[in-house]
Amino acid sequence: MTLYTRRIWINRLGITLSMLAMSLGLIALLWILWTLFSKGFAALSIDLFTQDTPAPGSEGGGLRNAIVGSGLILLFSMLIATPVGILAGIYLAEYGRVSKFAAFTRFMTDIMLSAPSIVIGLFVYALFVATTGGFSGWAGSLALALIAIPVVVRTTENMLKLVPTSLREAAFAVGAPRWQVSLKVTLRAVKSGVVTGVLLAMARITGETAPLLFTALNNQFFSTNMSEPMGNLPVVIFQFALSPYENWVNLAWGGALLIAFLVLAVNIGVRIAFRNKDKR
Amino acid sequence: MPEQTKPTIENAALEVRNLDFYYGDYKGLSNVNLDIASNKVTAFIGPSGCGKSTLLRTFNRMYDLYPRQRAEGEILFHGKNLLDRKQDVNLVRAKIGMVFQKPTPFPMTIYENIAFGVRLYERMSRSAMDDRVEWALKKAALWGEVKDKLHQSGLSLSGGQQQRLCIARAVAVKPEIVLLDEPTSALDPISTAKIEELINELKSDYTIAIVTHNMQQAARISDYTAFMYLGELVEFNETSTIFMKPDKKQTEDYITGRFG
Amino acid sequence: MSERDASGAVDLHLRQVRRFRLQDSFFHHSTQLFAFVVLATLVGILVSLTIEAWPSLQAFGPSFFWTNVWSVPDDQYGALAAIYGTVVTSVLALLIAVPISFGIAFFLTETCPPWLRRPLGTAVELLAGIPSIVYGIWGLFVFAPLFAEYIQPPLQDWLGDVPVIGGWFAGPPIGVGILTASIVLSLMVIPFIASVMRDVFETVPHVLKESAYGMGCTTWEVVRHIVLPYTRVGVIGGIMLGLGRALGETMAVTFVIGNANRINPSLFEPGTSIASTLANEFGEADPGLHIASLFTLGLVLFVLTFIVLAISRWLISRSVGSEGL
Repeated sequence: MTLYTRRIWINRLGITLSMLAMSLGLIALLWILWTLFSKGFAALSIDLFTQDTPAPGSEGGGLRNAIVGSGLILLFSMLIATPVGILAGIYLAEYGRVSKFAAFTRFMTDIMLSAPSIVIGLFVYALFVATTGGFSGWAGSLALALIAIPVVVRTTENMLKLVPTSLREAAFAVGAPRWQVSLKVTLRAVKSGVVTGVLLAMARITGETAPLLFTALNNQFFSTNMSEPMGNLPVVIFQFALSPYENWVNLAWGGALLIAFLVLAVNIGVRIAFRNKDKR
Repeated sequence: MPEQTKPTIENAALEVRNLDFYYGDYKGLSNVNLDIASNKVTAFIGPSGCGKSTLLRTFNRMYDLYPRQRAEGEILFHGKNLLDRKQDVNLVRAKIGMVFQKPTPFPMTIYENIAFGVRLYERMSRSAMDDRVEWALKKAALWGEVKDKLHQSGLSLSGGQQQRLCIARAVAVKPEIVLLDEPTSALDPISTAKIEELINELKSDYTIAIVTHNMQQAARISDYTAFMYLGELVEFNETSTIFMKPDKKQTEDYITGRFG
Repeated sequence: MSERDASGAVDLHLRQVRRFRLQDSFFHHSTQLFAFVVLATLVGILVSLTIEAWPSLQAFGPSFFWTNVWSVPDDQYGALAAIYGTVVTSVLALLIAVPISFGIAFFLTETCPPWLRRPLGTAVELLAGIPSIVYGIWGLFVFAPLFAEYIQPPLQDWLGDVPVIGGWFAGPPIGVGILTASIVLSLMVIPFIASVMRDVFETVPHVLKESAYGMGCTTWEVVRHIVLPYTRVGVIGGIMLGLGRALGETMAVTFVIGNANRINPSLFEPGTSIASTLANEFGEADPGLHIASLFTLGLVLFVLTFIVLAISRWLISRSVGSEGL
């Protein structure tokens, strides 16, 4: 074999292996999705949304309490994370060019983006649950908010950095104070991007299970009282999937499908919305 | 600076004295001295990187936004030094408006684009604001084109219209001076002609300083012209003098297209 | 205009300017306060975990970290088995994930037809979006049984008798265990590593690649000799990011690792990791040394991932600028 043909063959081998790797990734994605849909659809019914989680040994049941609980916990965590994250993101974009404090904060935010979520759960337990004497929906919201904040901070900052300097300068040029330039001009210019960041942060925390185990815990009964332990989809899935009851395992699959559907819908939705924007 | 003829300017809106400018360690302007005449158009020309935009951006302290940039010397405005640290920059910018190279409409309606700046320093009734918006848009020769769509986004306008919206926005706050930083370089010839016409009308009410890379434009619209090169003011005089019989060889070379 | 200045207008302006200054300073400090929340969380985690872990640290001393015992009835705790399981599953997961991630990044940046680039890139990102609990139940109900039936027995037949290596594949093929956890983990970290690699590959200047192609290099040679050396720092950063993710991953591991608090040389045997021990025991932990020991595990996990992630971010930001992911 000449050197040249050897090089060609190595190249072909490399390309083939890369395609194999890509297909492996795709197969994993499709396999997981297919499992979810086939097992999850079997569990989908009206009961899923109208009945509460069943007691051990009883037939049927649904996920109403967990769905409502998850919804409430998510709602309040995003109500905390959105303003905190956006304002912190503004700080990094607006004052972050010069300040050492801002550079340090940015670095730590990047680390917090990938920090183990179970540790956040331990932290909120030590800070909140152990001191107020109980698991509660509020503790769950706080834990999820702490996970969502770094995501909102970094997307807000990255979006604000995309604002052309001329637009910022133009706002300053009419004599506007910095806070008005920030909130009324630059933030407005990247509104859709910031909304995307908030949605992605929400998608990120929708499936988070570990931090809820020690904060919101679980509640077998329907409750909208955020000061009590609160049922929520991820923890119900965790407990039911590992249970010996067949109807519980089925409910776990139904819950997993709901969560995955929501997360994927948000992920795909924002990408489509953004692509249309690019084309315009 | 060597001796040179200076135009006689009786009524100066801005007096620039011994102005130096630094980007970090790099000296962007050195020892600039000139007067900007009231209610006249002063043009700044020169090859790119000569410091003409830098000079314009010291007049409203736009460089303040960037920590490594600083100016030394004096720019007198109503007898007070604009560069003084104690001078409030927002107030300076309310008095000295600016229009940029690329149109920069704010992400809001046409009406709000103009009302935004006015509201910062004046409190007025809804109808007075309506009048002010109409007045500013008329000043910028845009009223006829947008009067039926005041509540559409400013971004929906064409490039030339957007630039006139920016001019309307600048004049709406009733500044004394309007700075124009290559306002037509991103526009087509027809829009450019409209803006030049506009500048000519505006000078009865405002003092105008314009940076342009287009010598013909400077010749057409300005009363005074400053030629800059490598961060220095080479020559400053009445426009006709600069273009007909410049003092300096460098100026002549540039104007006749021998370099730059 | 100047007449207007001489009259009351100037006062109004000055009052407004003073108000703006106050508002701006308020704006500066309040946004700074919010930025501080992130830092406060970080410091809060370290401080509160240390306080809660203190009884255990005092009772067991540093030997906690290398003692292989975890007994609730005897109230004796040591972290070795959990640390071992965490490190082994993460390292194995990386061994699987790194070549595949490199292949995906190579494909997406060099050989993929342009019209496929976007959908395939999105697919990889979706893989990152799937909640970890979904990986967990998929691993437990779908992957583990297949693994036990079709992969483990042939592996045992093939490698079981080889000295040294054979011990890694001993034990009953029950599906769950260290190796299964590693494989599921690798699927979870592939999208993170692959997208960092793709991002850093795209920072290679086109002229550099073109001049290599111009010399007659093949695609493989360009990537091997130009792209990889050029992006080495960022690639290592991406791998470290994957490691940080793998170390702290909880749900996917908890479902498939088998949750046995012991160290076994066989990769087929059940084990445990720090995160899965916490997930399993914390809710019903006894107050006292048990819960304190669990907090110590949490502290270990946090410090470990913090160091790995800090190195990763530092490397990535050196390579592509600090855009975040």
